[in-house]
Amino acid sequence: MATDTPQSTRPVEFDAKPVQAILLKFKGEKGILIPVLQETQDAYGYLPAAALEAIAASTGVPLAQIYGVATFYAQFRLRPVGKHIVRVCCGTACHVAGAERITDAMAQTLDVAPGDTTGDGLFTMETVACLGCCSLAPVMMIDEETFGRLDEKAVRKIVKEYRTES
Amino acid sequence: MSHPLQPNVLTRPKIVVGLGSCGIAAGGKKVHEALVKEVSKRKLDVDIDETGCIGMCFREVLVEIRDPKRGSFIYGDVTPDRLPRILDEHLLAGRVIPEWLARSDELPGSEDAFFAKQKRIVLRHCGVNNPESLAEYQARGGYAALAKVLQEMTPEQVIETITQSGLRGRGGAGFPTGIKWKFARQSRDEIKYVVCNGDEGDPGAFMDRSVLEGDPHNILEGMLIAGYAIGARFGYIYCRAEYPLAVKRLKLAIEVARRNGFLGERILDSAFSFEIKVKEGAGAFVCGEETALIASIEGQRGMPRLRPPFPTTAGLWAHPTSINNVETFGNVPWIILNGADKFAEMGVGKSRGTKVFALAGKIVRGGLIEVPMGITLREIIYEVGGGIQGGKAFKAVQMGGPSGGCIPAALIDTPVDYESVTQTGAIMGSGGMVVMDETTCMVDVARFFLNFTQKESCGKCTFCRLGTKRMLEILTRITEGSGRPEDIPMLEELSEKIKKGSLCGLGQTAPNPVLTTLKYFRHEYEAHINDKKCPAHRCKKLLTYRISADKCTGCTVCAKNCPVHCISGERKQVHVIDQAACIRCGECLRRCNFAAVLAD
Repeated sequence: MATDTPQSTRPVEFDAKPVQAILLKFKGEKGILIPVLQETQDAYGYLPAAALEAIAASTGVPLAQIYGVATFYAQFRLRPVGKHIVRVCCGTACHVAGAERITDAMAQTLDVAPGDTTGDGLFTMETVACLGCCSLAPVMMIDEETFGRLDEKAVRKIVKEYRTES
Repeated sequence: MSHPLQPNVLTRPKIVVGLGSCGIAAGGKKVHEALVKEVSKRKLDVDIDETGCIGMCFREVLVEIRDPKRGSFIYGDVTPDRLPRILDEHLLAGRVIPEWLARSDELPGSEDAFFAKQKRIVLRHCGVNNPESLAEYQARGGYAALAKVLQEMTPEQVIETITQSGLRGRGGAGFPTGIKWKFARQSRDEIKYVVCNGDEGDPGAFMDRSVLEGDPHNILEGMLIAGYAIGARFGYIYCRAEYPLAVKRLKLAIEVARRNGFLGERILDSAFSFEIKVKEGAGAFVCGEETALIASIEGQRGMPRLRPPFPTTAGLWAHPTSINNVETFGNVPWIILNGADKFAEMGVGKSRGTKVFALAGKIVRGGLIEVPMGITLREIIYEVGGGIQGGKAFKAVQMGGPSGGCIPAALIDTPVDYESVTQTGAIMGSGGMVVMDETTCMVDVARFFLNFTQKESCGKCTFCRLGTKRMLEILTRITEGSGRPEDIPMLEELSEKIKKGSLCGLGQTAPNPVLTTLKYFRHEYEAHINDKKCPAHRCKKLLTYRISADKCTGCTVCAKNCPVHCISGERKQVHVIDQAACIRCGECLRRCNFAAVLAD
């Protein structure tokens, strides 16, 4: 997220192996910074500061520039995320179908603001510009699963189901 | 629909499940799983297959039965529970179930009107082919256009054909494709690039996603033909990372095409070699702008730069680059095979061929449609789309997303072509079409889009970065009841300056949603500012809540949940809201089980 700051306290157990393997895979190619960051995020769930330092050391791209790229694109996260990622769609079709109510209901149910992670580390809530399932509006995704034609009640019920499962 | 079903090539019935993103979102995978189970339970002699977006998103999950003798039958709203009846009655007893039928070759279906005015070129295989099957693509003429250009045409002839067809950029700007290719061809360089812009960022638009998911080989073929025409060896597809299924199917299609000699060295034994790579975007709307997209592929922040030089002169890594939209490429193989004239036959004026739209919002039949240019908005909304949900009044249609505008009901007979749409103040755009009814507040819609562009502004140009922020603040205060009379001229002045002072399309078009709503719905702005009222009853802070004495049962739920304790009343007595203390949060209205809380 663009407003993030990198974690100041580096986790002691940082495992450099995944990022090193990713760097090796892309070695010698042009324009690799974004795919390297994408795969690093896939491996760690977010972009740990230590991984960004490793990327800078290996590619020669200044750390400041890497940080600039990582904060420019909405996809990148500099903080760890919860077990489940909730994405509430705020696209045009969802907006006219009342996405604001869904966002409010989700924030209330999870007791977090969009962009934040719940205290138990179970959910990270995000709002996104469009999930492209406009005919099912209002829509949200939890991890890879899409839920359409939502109302406040459905939101509370779905969250409850995820909580019970965990 | 010109649905090349070719039932004659089938030897036994085939059951096809629509598994585009919307099909999956509606539960398509569960239907597919259940289908496999039910078919094996009944030991039916049928094939099971999947396809991409059929277009009828409003009837997902869609299951099509292709009968070798009787043709196609598409059932809508299919759930795992409904499958047994479909299998037993339709397949075993041969009896069609008319009440679930959306469309068929044999009987009238409930959704025939959805297809009647459509003309499918780009979408010709979407919802027909298995997108992961090269054999099916080839069986329907796939890669024949590539063979034709490599064997029979010079690059100049290809460019001439595309120019003659009148094809213009389908990303929204409408630049003639043939001319762009000609510029790229004329640029002298050993290395050139073809880039497919699949960074579909407009909220409310899913055309490119559906095409990439539903017919990936068609896009590869279009890019190959472009590569041959301009003299490029390399192509990139820049695809939104939010479209994982599209990325997966593209990568698979590239691998299969390479294995079968349609990509790689000396394609089809010609001197032409071409490679395609997929680049995943990382979530930045501005990357739909071509110079920002180039920066992003190069691994930088996606910020636009000044043009000229145009990318056809100096693009990716400073080499000549032709960047075309997904839908533009989707037209190319069809034009080569059917001829420029056939394409130019459709459409009006300088807008030829067809246009794909993602029809969404308060419309009965929302989905993916492809219509000939020149069709009127009325035909799209009332005939293809089936009118407004719940019989409400049509208010406006938003075209072109954050760069576009709202076209009011009075202009519903506007023909859909680049010039006519631009005249209304909206733009053709990439194809998002969001229909709004009387319950939509136009000031709120303008605020919604400004909120989007303000967040997505890359920050390079001051007018865009700060101007959109100021406009958003003004719009927000208008919707919250603190608007001032001078806000309207201020919005107009800011709009003009942002348009002039921005480098790229994002800033130059960001004020459009405000300008068009000011032009056609100024009275709504005035009602918000002068009367502190939202005519659509949409802006929360401008509503007055009261409790209907007839409906209130005195259950006390509202009073208990009111965060500021401004509702009073005894149990089983009518409750009353203290207007002076009310913060207009709407909690009482949401909590009331008897619809006794009214807002106006």
